[in-house]
Amino acid sequence: MRLNSSFNRSLWVYHFNSGSCNGCEIEIVAAITPRYDPERFGIKLVGTPRHADVMLVTGPVVHKMKDRLLRVYAQMPDPKLVMCIGTCGISGGVFFDSYNLEGPVDEVLPVDVYVPGCPPRPEAIIHGVVTALAKLERLQGERA
Amino acid sequence: MAPDEKKAPYTVQIGPVHPALKEPVMFTFEMEGEQVKAVDFAPGQTHRGIEWMGMRRNPVQIVHLTDRICGICGVVHTLSFSLAVEQIAEIQVPERADYIRSILHEFERIQSHLLWAGVAAHELGFDSLLHLTWRVREQAMDVIENLTGNRVNYGIVQVGGVRRDIAPEQHPAIEQCLSAYEGLLEKLLNLFLDDRTIAMRCRDCGILTRKDAIELCTVGPTARASGVNVDLRQDYPYAAYGDLDVRAILPEQHMGETHGDVFDRIVVRLLEVGQSCQIIRQCLSEMPAGPITAEEKLAKLLLICKKAQGEAIGRVEAPRGECLHYVRMDGKESPTAWKVKASSYSNLMSWIPMLIGEQIADIPIIVASIDPCLSCTDRVAVVREGQRSILTKEYLHRLSVEKTRRLQR
Repeated sequence: MRLNSSFNRSLWVYHFNSGSCNGCEIEIVAAITPRYDPERFGIKLVGTPRHADVMLVTGPVVHKMKDRLLRVYAQMPDPKLVMCIGTCGISGGVFFDSYNLEGPVDEVLPVDVYVPGCPPRPEAIIHGVVTALAKLERLQGERA
Repeated sequence: MAPDEKKAPYTVQIGPVHPALKEPVMFTFEMEGEQVKAVDFAPGQTHRGIEWMGMRRNPVQIVHLTDRICGICGVVHTLSFSLAVEQIAEIQVPERADYIRSILHEFERIQSHLLWAGVAAHELGFDSLLHLTWRVREQAMDVIENLTGNRVNYGIVQVGGVRRDIAPEQHPAIEQCLSAYEGLLEKLLNLFLDDRTIAMRCRDCGILTRKDAIELCTVGPTARASGVNVDLRQDYPYAAYGDLDVRAILPEQHMGETHGDVFDRIVVRLLEVGQSCQIIRQCLSEMPAGPITAEEKLAKLLLICKKAQGEAIGRVEAPRGECLHYVRMDGKESPTAWKVKASSYSNLMSWIPMLIGEQIADIPIIVASIDPCLSCTDRVAVVREGQRSILTKEYLHRLSVEKTRRLQR
């Protein structure tokens, strides 16, 4: 990946749990801890959507969380990207026939990067964030 | 605004969106100044209707669903569902499978407790310890991946046995991991228990008395930290635990006294990591040879399950306490009733006596101290002087860190 001058800051990531089984949550946290350490490249997990460039959505979006997901998404500054982590957010996965799902995620929000796996490995999550970085850079360049 | 509305107690809401970890839950606190006067919480923000889905699938499919009830306790839920179905269908699980189940169960406990220890350190503002525990946790994840093929949601336990055997070539990797942990445990105990800051923040904070622990039916490390001697592995052995010597770990064994506070919960969980290492070692040396599943062909297994009639309960000691699955089969492909009682369900009510009288800055560590399988603390709406303002999780975290600094002075 070639970095150009249009995206000239670190990438900050916000994580939203929309009713996941915790599997993806652990892998996201595992991805930011020393073995993988993406903070070397400025990729950081932040606690509020207002500081974030990318939102990681895990889980199949259960009924109660849909409205909250939309509200959190609305709080993010532009340009923003959404990453869908895990199979259940992409297609419903094992929960496909549940009565309480509003998802998959892309029926609620525009999703830019999909990371499949149940749960995806930390390497896959980091690869997804890097893919998002490339897209964000392009968006930023178009705005400038 | 009417003048009486300005008076204490103020209502503080936390959740349900949590930025860093775990599942959403919503808290409502009644505050008087810094002190918590009353607590209420509303779980159920991650309801996926798993039991409803299970009643439309067959037992071979359900084990993949139980894996995904909770990403941390994959073995626990699958094992306890399998135990229930095996009782109904009268399937005799081979002894070797029982031992493999116990080994995986204990590895899951190790990674879960280390995960928790890291989260607890983070809640106290001790981030270097978070990174240390999560780094050493990766060793257990490697062994789990080596044994099951996946880091999380292993899919290894199935009705009638397990899916994969442990080959002799895999023993050195397990042995290496265990000895690494046994060496590390001393260091971890030292870091957590001899640290002045952790002692100041956790000692006599979030106390759950023995009486409350029993009355609220708490289970697992939360109950044991309050001095209640309960552990299903000792009280109602399942899998290979009948052959093993497992004793419930109580804080007084290590500390000489029981406070029932956050500190005792740290003690119990860390000591259980060492205990799990011993259990795995014992399992490996005593594991008999033989088949790993009662019925290899899934079609035959399904036929056995389809004929089964009756009801049963499968109980397992999860890292967070007793997990219970009730299953009823009426000679149909899928169960007619399936009820899951996860361990956190029993422990959630203990938040109320723990939190009352504590400060806002202590909320994160107390909430985390029962190792809830769902959690909170993202945005807090504080009604103060009639003005509504939003506090982020970072603000709460900063409050917590500030309190740590204040105590150090």
